[in-house]
Amino acid sequence: MNGKKLDIRNLMMNYALYIIMILMIGAIAVISPKFLSLRVLTDILTQSSTRILVALGCMFIIVSGSADLSGGRVVGLTAVVAGSLAQTSEYYIKFWPGLPEMPIIVPVLAAVLVGVLVGAFNGIAVAKLKVPAFLATLGTQMVVYGVNCLYFNKAPNNSQPLGGFLKSFSKLGTGNIGGVPYLVIIALGCAVAVWILQTKTCLGKEIFAVGGNPIAAKVSGINVFKILMITYMLAGALYGLAGCLEATRTGSASSSYGLSYELDAIASCIVGGCSAGGGVGTVGGVVFGVLIFNIINYGLTFIGLSSYWQFIVKGLIIIIAVAIDVRKYAGKD
Amino acid sequence: MDQLDVILEMKEISKSFPGVKALDKVSLKVKEGTVHALMGENGAGKSTLMKCAFGIYHPDEGEIFVNGKNVHFADTKNAMDQGISMIHQELHPIRVRNVMENIWVGRIPYKKIGGVKWVDYKTMYDKTVQLFEHLGITINPREMVSNLSVSHCQLLEIARAVSYGAKVIIMDEPTSSLTETESELLFRIIRQLTAQKVAIIYISHKIEEVLMISDEITILRDGMLVGSWNSKEMNMDLIVKRMVGREMTNRFPQKNHKPGTVKMEAKNLTSPNPHSFKNVSFQVRKGEILGIGGLVGAQRTELMEAVFGLRKIAEGQIFIDGKEVTIHSPSEAIRHKMALLTEERRFTGIIPMLSVEDNIVIANQSAHKRAYTGGKLFLSKKKRAQDAKKYVDSFSIKTPGLKTQIQYLSGGNQQKALLGRWMLINPDLLILDEPTRGIDVGAKYEIYSLMEQMAAEGKSVIMISSEMPELMGMSDRIMVMCEGRLSGIIEGNEVTEERIMYLASMVEEARSDTEKGGLDTDER
Repeated sequence: MNGKKLDIRNLMMNYALYIIMILMIGAIAVISPKFLSLRVLTDILTQSSTRILVALGCMFIIVSGSADLSGGRVVGLTAVVAGSLAQTSEYYIKFWPGLPEMPIIVPVLAAVLVGVLVGAFNGIAVAKLKVPAFLATLGTQMVVYGVNCLYFNKAPNNSQPLGGFLKSFSKLGTGNIGGVPYLVIIALGCAVAVWILQTKTCLGKEIFAVGGNPIAAKVSGINVFKILMITYMLAGALYGLAGCLEATRTGSASSSYGLSYELDAIASCIVGGCSAGGGVGTVGGVVFGVLIFNIINYGLTFIGLSSYWQFIVKGLIIIIAVAIDVRKYAGKD
Repeated sequence: MDQLDVILEMKEISKSFPGVKALDKVSLKVKEGTVHALMGENGAGKSTLMKCAFGIYHPDEGEIFVNGKNVHFADTKNAMDQGISMIHQELHPIRVRNVMENIWVGRIPYKKIGGVKWVDYKTMYDKTVQLFEHLGITINPREMVSNLSVSHCQLLEIARAVSYGAKVIIMDEPTSSLTETESELLFRIIRQLTAQKVAIIYISHKIEEVLMISDEITILRDGMLVGSWNSKEMNMDLIVKRMVGREMTNRFPQKNHKPGTVKMEAKNLTSPNPHSFKNVSFQVRKGEILGIGGLVGAQRTELMEAVFGLRKIAEGQIFIDGKEVTIHSPSEAIRHKMALLTEERRFTGIIPMLSVEDNIVIANQSAHKRAYTGGKLFLSKKKRAQDAKKYVDSFSIKTPGLKTQIQYLSGGNQQKALLGRWMLINPDLLILDEPTRGIDVGAKYEIYSLMEQMAAEGKSVIMISSEMPELMGMSDRIMVMCEGRLSGIIEGNEVTEERIMYLASMVEEARSDTEKGGLDTDER
């Protein structure tokens, strides 16, 4: 390395996003000091929780060197599936009129299962049929949305937003322990579980290897097909859980839920340091990526800026993040 | 022939790459209307010289003259403007477009109507027909390139070169993927071109072919000029001798191993790809180092990758310890205690952004999960670090730490780490594909020592190598391939460079005197 100049450049390169985020929070706090309160923090974390789950799923995919555009629609589908199984018997347009009230584990598991199935579908398309991931999951995205709309339009519901959820179900999305919302606890729990899986298990190591160099991984005796299948199914499980929690959080569900969540998730992953080329990514980075977007969302609204500005700011941040990423990983030969 | 004008002259060209002097004061004179063959072993500097002539590389020293005029080529466009064209071994036509569009791409004839440039298909067609007639090529200009055979694609490239007004056309191994009939067609076109005063520089390993088509032969060895001769003065033996002629030095560890019983046997292995290996049978014994020699395109890598389950085998059997096995994937090969160090370290070996430790343990960890988890869910950090450290120490891999990303290590150290990856699974059969390519002498010796040590322990080693001294210095037997076929197996005491070169370059003759059953189908 020659001289300080380069070090400062490297430093800026590595921490540019953190610096931008701190500056933005600082600016928002100056304009509106109430921004730095516990209530705002709790709100941001609660809103981020389902986004974190989707982004963690997306991270698996990106680390394995693949792509997934179906996440958002899977959230929508699983929100509707979970919601339709968690209504009280008194509700006037119960989705399944004959169905008894069930413990909340049933809708939760149903949502996760649906997510896993969609993941398997993606996995087969990408790893077996060798359809480029971008296109395969774009197709899945449409299929899933179509299936969701058909299901949602079933009589007697006829495409009306689902409501009348069981108390225990809504409580999952709104309750808290000592001020910490359940949702935040679940999201953090999943983050820790994913971190453990990624860093401490064979599977985690193999996902990195496949993403880093699929041919070398294959030569080393790794079953690349199996790893990609597992990756997509794990991601699907996380999307499913996110969908279910999205229904509990909002106390409703409709087929339009989850729209463009996958794009936000991909953006969060890239901003959080995942390499778009695969093989690189950390849970901490991804959680940070989600938080930065949600802080921007919340903060800009908080100081009274039109929500349209959020798109502009988010878009620019994605471009900056990828520009930095390209220099970090592609520049070194 | 001496009255002909020199059209391209290269004077004392030198070119170095980090650590290698690829060309050392090489001169070449090509006369108009002649075929000038350029020969030499792999790595002799033929391609480098031609890339200098075509503006892909810039020589460190020396001068290039075209028609007596001193020229400097900044890039290939420059070279083409001066009438130099090159047809690469691997062709890259635009497959989804038709023949004439491929020829005129970048210079499509147009008519300007209303300020818009409209493609003038009529002119394009007529010009193509004219060009093809001139060369005696019979390809429909409207045919889709994806429907053309390899040889027709080559003719297309030649036609394109001529359409640029090429006076010198460089052909790099043009017949390597052609059948004999297709080669005949190519030779006819070449003769047509020379009759029109175009000069051809012809790079080939096929001695017979060179003797037949060329007027002059220039031979390079280790980046240096051996000499240029009139083809009429040359014969097979002279060419081989001049291409080889190198002293063997003591760069190899002493042999202490003794081949025992057969470890692995392959019978009549044939690839589903008709251009790849065909009917190859061989054995490797315990405690033996089997060398595999051959030229570029001999399909040695493909054969070994197929044995290791990376490629498909259409026909044939593999026996390990006398038992027939089927291997569909590398993980199955690893279960049979085989290991493969691949040829392209960067593309199929290292996982660049992962650590040295991750890279070393990856194969063993997926083959023997239990060894790392003890049957529990989590990996033992200690075990992983121990295993990685063992090979970092014993192979003296220079790395700042186990957690350093492997991409920051030098080539030799990366290669040693990959060897560590395979040593960890404790293989009985180690296949090495060009194990010392692009690494320094010290690391080379360490790799040789490891091979020797494995053989001494009664393990089997197969080494594909294009470096003659290495092949001869390390192998107990050398199996030589040519164009996907086994052209002969040479026992240790009969090995000479001439014999290897002979077998590697002329499959026809070789087959007739080494054939022992097996190779019965001769489609040519």
